[in-house]
Amino acid sequence: MTLGDALQVLADRRRDQVVVTTMSAARQWMRTSDHPLDLHFVPSTMGGGLSLALGIAIARPQRDVIVLSGDGCLLMNLGSLVTAAVSNRPNFTVIVIDNGVYETTGGQKLVTTGSPVDLADMARATSFANVTEFDSLAAWKDGAETALQQPGPHCIILKVAPNYDDYALNPPGPMSERLDAFRAALASR
Amino acid sequence: MILGHQIEKIIAGFGATHVVWVPDSTLGAWEEALEASASFELLRVCREGEAWPLAAGLYLGGKSPLVMMQTTGLFESGDALRNALFDLRIPLFALIGYRSYLLKDSPDTARKFAEPILDAWGLSYELINGPEDLPKLVAHHRACRIAGKPGVGLIAEGRG
Repeated sequence: MTLGDALQVLADRRRDQVVVTTMSAARQWMRTSDHPLDLHFVPSTMGGGLSLALGIAIARPQRDVIVLSGDGCLLMNLGSLVTAAVSNRPNFTVIVIDNGVYETTGGQKLVTTGSPVDLADMARATSFANVTEFDSLAAWKDGAETALQQPGPHCIILKVAPNYDDYALNPPGPMSERLDAFRAALASR
Repeated sequence: MILGHQIEKIIAGFGATHVVWVPDSTLGAWEEALEASASFELLRVCREGEAWPLAAGLYLGGKSPLVMMQTTGLFESGDALRNALFDLRIPLFALIGYRSYLLKDSPDTARKFAEPILDAWGLSYELINGPEDLPKLVAHHRACRIAGKPGVGLIAEGRG
């Protein structure tokens, strides 16, 4: 499945969750969604999206929070997967965009590319309450509604094809203005 | 030596809701008091690079986090700090354990680079040598909050 198709499935089923995006997912989500509870974490510290989103989830326990993280980002801050699992927040879902490459820098291989390392197994080992994998668009379409209703901490792995042609990532405007708007939306709902 | 109940009272006075930390041997002695606090929640992370974005998320969610780590963790988490404090412009306050500061003539490179690194980041910091300096910490935190700027309390470490 392509990243665009995968995120359209999420957008079609998204209700009022906070959605935090970084890197490739942010680039695509900007094209797919325009919602006051979207937080495009751009510019970011690579691998920090999961931690940022977890902080929002802890601060706002009545609000469901989804973070879209690339596999490269997750590997760069793998301890955050443990922190999220052990924090045991039922309102927290991490969706890993597993494309096997560093897409935003042009598609270089990850240390895990071609290896037997399995991110879903890692998530299970760290005690995520639910772990779900989808390796085709059809399966994701069929299972997304149910998966998104699973209590957290939930880890969803989406196997997507890398995109080598359209990887440039630009901030969608001044961060301070976007954060002010996001905080206002978060406080008002 | 600053005791756990003393720093807990100070942090509670800051109005902190969460302390995000990776302890060292000095800060770690405060664990019991911090964990027992009725004023804030102690959050553990695996590595310091998680602490800054996690605290930033808490702040965006309307909370008042405080970050706590050793100077070595400060070095390790530089990019996360850069992003949270300067890209996102979130005025986080941190207590940083100043490893080996009290060991005069220490060859510890963590001691050598601590203040130059803080200066390079342009972070305002106050050195806290012991309990007698806690009023300075309170004043520095207040000044940073009023200015809407990040800040650091450097906790002197290394006395035997």
